[in-house]
Amino acid sequence: MTDQVTTQEVLTTADGVPLKISLKRAMRKKMITSLLLVTPLFLFILLTFLMPITDMLLRSVDNKIVGELLPRTIPLFSGWDENGQELPGEDIYRAMVEDIKEGAEAKTILRLGRRLNFERSGMSSLFRKSARTIKRIEQPDSYKAAMIKIDKRWGDINLWRLIKRERGSFTNSHFLSAIDRQSNDDGTIGPKPEYKQIYIKLFVRTMTLSLLITFMTVLLGYPISYLLATLPTKISNMLMILVLLPFWTSLLVRTTAWIALLQKEGVINDLMVAIGIISNDHRIVMIHNKTGTILAMTHILLPFMVLPLFSVMKTIPVSYMRAARSLGATRFTAFRRIYLPNSIPGIGAGGILVFILAIGYYITPELVGGVSGTFISNMIAYHIQGSLNWGLGAALGTLLLMLVLALYILYDKIVGIDNMKLG
Amino acid sequence: MPENNDSLVRFTNIQKSYDGETLVIKDLNMDVARGEFLTMLGPSGSGKTTCLMMLAGFEPATHGEIFLNDQPINNVPPHKRQIGMVFQNYALFPHMTVGENLAFPLEVRKMRKNERKQRIKKALDMVQLSEFEHRRPMQLSGGQQQRVAVARALVFDPELVLMDEPLGALDKNLREQMQFEIKHIHEQLGVTVIYVTHDQSEALTMSNRIAVFDDGIIQQLAAPDILYEKPENAFVAQFIGENNRFLGKIVEANDVSCQVEVDGGGLVHAKSVNIAGVGKRATLSLRPERVVIQPPEGSLPNIFDAFVKELIYLGDHIRTRVDVCGHNDFVIKIANSATHATLKRGDVVRVGWEIEDCRALDPSD
Ligand SMILES: Nc1ncnc2c1ncn2[C@@H]1O[C@H](COP(=O)(O)OP(=O)(O)OP(=O)(O)O)[C@@H](O)[C@H]1O
Ligand SMILES: [Mg+2]
Repeated sequence: MTDQVTTQEVLTTADGVPLKISLKRAMRKKMITSLLLVTPLFLFILLTFLMPITDMLLRSVDNKIVGELLPRTIPLFSGWDENGQELPGEDIYRAMVEDIKEGAEAKTILRLGRRLNFERSGMSSLFRKSARTIKRIEQPDSYKAAMIKIDKRWGDINLWRLIKRERGSFTNSHFLSAIDRQSNDDGTIGPKPEYKQIYIKLFVRTMTLSLLITFMTVLLGYPISYLLATLPTKISNMLMILVLLPFWTSLLVRTTAWIALLQKEGVINDLMVAIGIISNDHRIVMIHNKTGTILAMTHILLPFMVLPLFSVMKTIPVSYMRAARSLGATRFTAFRRIYLPNSIPGIGAGGILVFILAIGYYITPELVGGVSGTFISNMIAYHIQGSLNWGLGAALGTLLLMLVLALYILYDKIVGIDNMKLG
Repeated sequence: MPENNDSLVRFTNIQKSYDGETLVIKDLNMDVARGEFLTMLGPSGSGKTTCLMMLAGFEPATHGEIFLNDQPINNVPPHKRQIGMVFQNYALFPHMTVGENLAFPLEVRKMRKNERKQRIKKALDMVQLSEFEHRRPMQLSGGQQQRVAVARALVFDPELVLMDEPLGALDKNLREQMQFEIKHIHEQLGVTVIYVTHDQSEALTMSNRIAVFDDGIIQQLAAPDILYEKPENAFVAQFIGENNRFLGKIVEANDVSCQVEVDGGGLVHAKSVNIAGVGKRATLSLRPERVVIQPPEGSLPNIFDAFVKELIYLGDHIRTRVDVCGHNDFVIKIANSATHATLKRGDVVRVGWEIEDCRALDPSD
């Protein structure tokens, strides 16, 4: 009796192995195969995407350099109250002297100067000067006095407060800078001085211009896609080549062509002067400003709108419009109530594609944007290549990434990602 | 029926070409009477959909005029024609619920909300889908979608409804049920229906009249029984129902009957339907179920020896292929009754048929 119950409970295959186990065994083989199939791509993505991104995210808060180069000074800071009015004690000065001496020998101390210079100008020169002259300090009566003698900034309590604040291996200062804020000397967080506030403005501009560009590509791309989707395949394939033609020429060439067209002495201005629409002295400035960026980027990103739109429209059967017409709708009503709603997924897909591409665009704004048409990515590039403030560059990049993700989630909430079709 | 002068639709000398090189519709003249259920039946590519599209206003006629209620409609845009239409793939709007789909034609007619509601309810009741009003088309089965499409085409009370192979995507059982329902709705509402199919049994069961299309021409336009029993040419005979065909030369003929020397050997007596005269060739058409097995000697004008080649058991009848007059694809249907003849492969039997049942068609040289 009990025997029967157990055989009923544990199903076995013909050779007596429990069904679940043999099923698992069969599945394992499958799983190993699929794992092997994914591995190369996974490794590639890990190496070329995940690792760099993580590195960038970490760089935006990384502050190990301070702890590494001031190994004696940092631990002593706990014995000093930065909120009081007293300068640090003799022990801290002494440790600082030793740290700088060692750093000067190893020629690493200038890196620390450069790092702290991002927080407060003059730090770089202070450390350079101190490193040069610190050898003179040998067994003084007072290390404090000796240092202040080298440079009286060592007697500035705010400088010490700054060093104490930045002692940890992580810092929020890059992120604060990225949103135009700073840590005040008293430790509170406040806005940067007006003339130094640039990033928020740039973020806003990047967003609004990207939105505008996306809107323009919809405006221009929709009719074209509609035409392509309704024409016979033979003709539409040919026209499609024309749409894709821009892809075949280098981005740089296309952007430069825009410069040739739009600049003050360019083709369009020349034409308008020749026809007499404008006078020679009133040539229109169309490039190296917002207009330039909008025009050139709309052109460059247009195919990314047309392709998803086209592929969605291609799937809308002709019979929908015909049904609507036969039911009594005018051409316009049929379009508005039937065709348009069915093509929304294409607009969504194209829109997100263009917007995300635009928001991170670099070359075109750099070449044709002038001052008023640059994007946040141009600033990131500047910090990576020019000012070498990688931390701030990384913080800006991270913010940009989060912004895109946030918008993506917002889009998902409003439109629904399932509603997006790329083909 | 067209003679009673109450025609709703009239095609006159319609020709249609898409590419300017070939005529898809060659010369179409057809009257559809008010309240009629007319089916266009024909093989793929014969121009049935093209006809419907011209009538609905989605394709212009290359030549000729279409009249609706005696008004020429060549220049009337589709949305003013008041023609309901059921498409092969239903063309239900996927982003709207069933109720919204039905409301669409009423909304564009600016009908008030109360009346709209009533109409939608009535239409959904008619197709027994009342409880599905708030579902999306994707959440319905094929048959249910089909019914919604029918309801939508009827909800604004059109006089004329066009249906282009509306049951093409359904399985056999559902098809038969829907045929019955559509027929029922037609009778109930008295609406005129022009129906397209390439399934001949569907055409036979549903229609008042059937227009058999081939090659852009109406081969025959007649009621189902006449079409089946009195086909006017070999194409119709072949296309509707099963058919045995002999080719041969006429050796003797009068208005009623003729004698034909069949190509495989043998002299067959046939009814003169459409023949050119003695010495010319003709096609003889004979329905399998009209062949008599082992008729008494001399009881029929046509009696021949047949060699049984194949027997296929089909339940209600046994399909028997025999060799007669040199034609080895001659088919006989033997009804499966208690007294039916028992044949075996290789038997030689006598088979015979009446003059009336064997029609001489298709004159040629
Ligand atoms: N838009 C078009 N452009 C060019 N030729 C067409 C077009 N539509 C149909 N044709 C041609 O016209 C002929 C008739 O087509 P139609 O669609 O009317 O046939 P049908 O009888 O409805 O066939 P089916 O039973 O397959 O639906 C076909 O040869 C087809 O190739
Ligand atoms: Mg068709």
